[in-house]
Amino acid sequence: MSSVPVKRGRRKHRIYESKGEPYFQAFLIIFFAILSITFVYPYWHVLVNSFTTPNFASASGFRLWPREFSTDAYRHMLSANYLWSGYKNTLIVVALGWALSITGVVLSAYPLSKKDLPLRGFFTSLILVTMFISGGMIPTYLLVNNTLHMRNSFFAIVLPQCISTSHVIIARNYFMTLPNDLEEAATIDGANSWQVLWRIMLPLSGPILATISLWVIVSNWNAYFNCLLYITDPKKFVLQVVLRRIILTDSKEMTAASEAVTNTTDTDIVTLRAASIMLATIPIICVYPFLQKYFVKGVLIGSLKG
Amino acid sequence: MTASNTTIRSNKRRSFMRRVRKHKLHLIMILPVICWYLLFRYGPLYGITLAFKEFRMLSGITGSPWVGFANYEQLFKSYNFWNVFRNTVTIAALKFVFGFPAPIILALMLNELRLQKYKRVVQSLSYLPHFISWVILTGIFMVILSPTRGPINTLLKSMGLESIYFLGDPRYFRGTLVVTGIWKGVGWGSIVYLAALGGVNEELYDAARVDGCGRWARIWHVTIPGIIPVITIMLILSVGSLVEDDFDQIFNLLNDAVLSVGDVLGTFIYRQGVKNLDYGYATAVELFRNLISLVLVLSANYFSKRVNDYGLW
Repeated sequence: MSSVPVKRGRRKHRIYESKGEPYFQAFLIIFFAILSITFVYPYWHVLVNSFTTPNFASASGFRLWPREFSTDAYRHMLSANYLWSGYKNTLIVVALGWALSITGVVLSAYPLSKKDLPLRGFFTSLILVTMFISGGMIPTYLLVNNTLHMRNSFFAIVLPQCISTSHVIIARNYFMTLPNDLEEAATIDGANSWQVLWRIMLPLSGPILATISLWVIVSNWNAYFNCLLYITDPKKFVLQVVLRRIILTDSKEMTAASEAVTNTTDTDIVTLRAASIMLATIPIICVYPFLQKYFVKGVLIGSLKG
Repeated sequence: MTASNTTIRSNKRRSFMRRVRKHKLHLIMILPVICWYLLFRYGPLYGITLAFKEFRMLSGITGSPWVGFANYEQLFKSYNFWNVFRNTVTIAALKFVFGFPAPIILALMLNELRLQKYKRVVQSLSYLPHFISWVILTGIFMVILSPTRGPINTLLKSMGLESIYFLGDPRYFRGTLVVTGIWKGVGWGSIVYLAALGGVNEELYDAARVDGCGRWARIWHVTIPGIIPVITIMLILSVGSLVEDDFDQIFNLLNDAVLSVGDVLGTFIYRQGVKNLDYGYATAVELFRNLISLVLVLSANYFSKRVNDYGLW
């Protein structure tokens, strides 16, 4: 018994390694290689489909490389007006949604970070309660559609969800950590609250506002449901809704609906769908590697409040 | 006594007015946001009265006649509703049982991986599906899971098995929902656990090693207890959203062939309300769902406080 610790002490580096360790590591490496393939392959498959002829795209099985290379599908899709208008509308929605969200979050989080703000407790609970109690889909729909008459306006897409309570709380907590001295100094120098917010607080809260901006932009880029509810004019459809129609409607409807795609057959649809999926995915895949670490940081900021 | 009370009250009022004057601009700033909350978050609460009314387009919410619990009578008598409710519970339970541990297991496995660069690449790839909308993923899965051309079914056929219509066969649809849901969320879900794993005290591992713990004992006695608080929080959050069902996923993947097993409360409400214009009935269903959801959140938090001394609020 007593000799065991001595022995182990001498082989200090070895005790961390059990006999099975190399095998276990090998197993992990192989497991994660397979897992990574399942994460990547679906995009690759569709990417290959989009760069090939309908003939090859409708073949079954796995794809490594487009055997019959063709950019016809992209040429078709890029000449379709509805795709471009979808892009344009999505950009408008993303920009509008971002501006409204950031303004709303800053204008509520900054006052709420003031400990002696009158009615602070009331405002905070008013905002927090909405995390647990909500009117729901139908009453909101009737409010926006029938009461406010916002049908076919981009505001109907962004306004009903432009402020997220969790974003407000996260930003408020961040503002509360900022040092008070700067603000006091500026107030003594005669700055009012707007100037303090604009000149001092906002420049100091770059990281948190950037994180919230990313969340808002991604969710607006991917949003489709409000557009589905409130927009009936096809010229105002956002990209995701255009895609939804391309993906979910059957081929006959689609060819009838699109002015550019004529003389298509069932097999053409495979490549056209693939190309449109890729056109909506590629922007995300391109910016994702650069922004990934900020998103990860954001998750951790978000979970800290718990 | 009354005199001192009055002075306290008037003092309070005076200090309140002083604070209002001091924070005048702050109050002006927050005003539009409060109005937004009142309009878009509290306004729809008024619409809940629809659950007890029969909606008439011309009379609006206020003018529509009260019908008491008629909507609920219709609801609880309807076979369709109970089927939808059963689907919701079953799918939520399946997603919870398989979906909740998945990111924990992924995080634990990634934590054991020695090659740090490789680990980072795997992590990055696993986060990616989180950023792709269900609209696009539906398009991708329709290709990948296709019974005729899809690579998965080609694989099955080459192994001598029959091809499976994952998205159109009632026997497989729920399983498909669970697996595709995990595929989309597992990487992103693991971030929180990986961060927690990074915070586990290294000395505890050394102590465990000195005590002769193998890998499994180490994971069981050091790693898992170290991340239990995070697991608890995530558990409360996921219990609260159990009946909310992943609306985006099911809404996009659902089709007529699998309506009997895949239709859940969210999609049912959408169809009854937005498609069939039966607003009263749809609101009744939605109120029912929201009440269950509220009870679940509150009780999850209550139990967690009693058991762990650790709640969300």
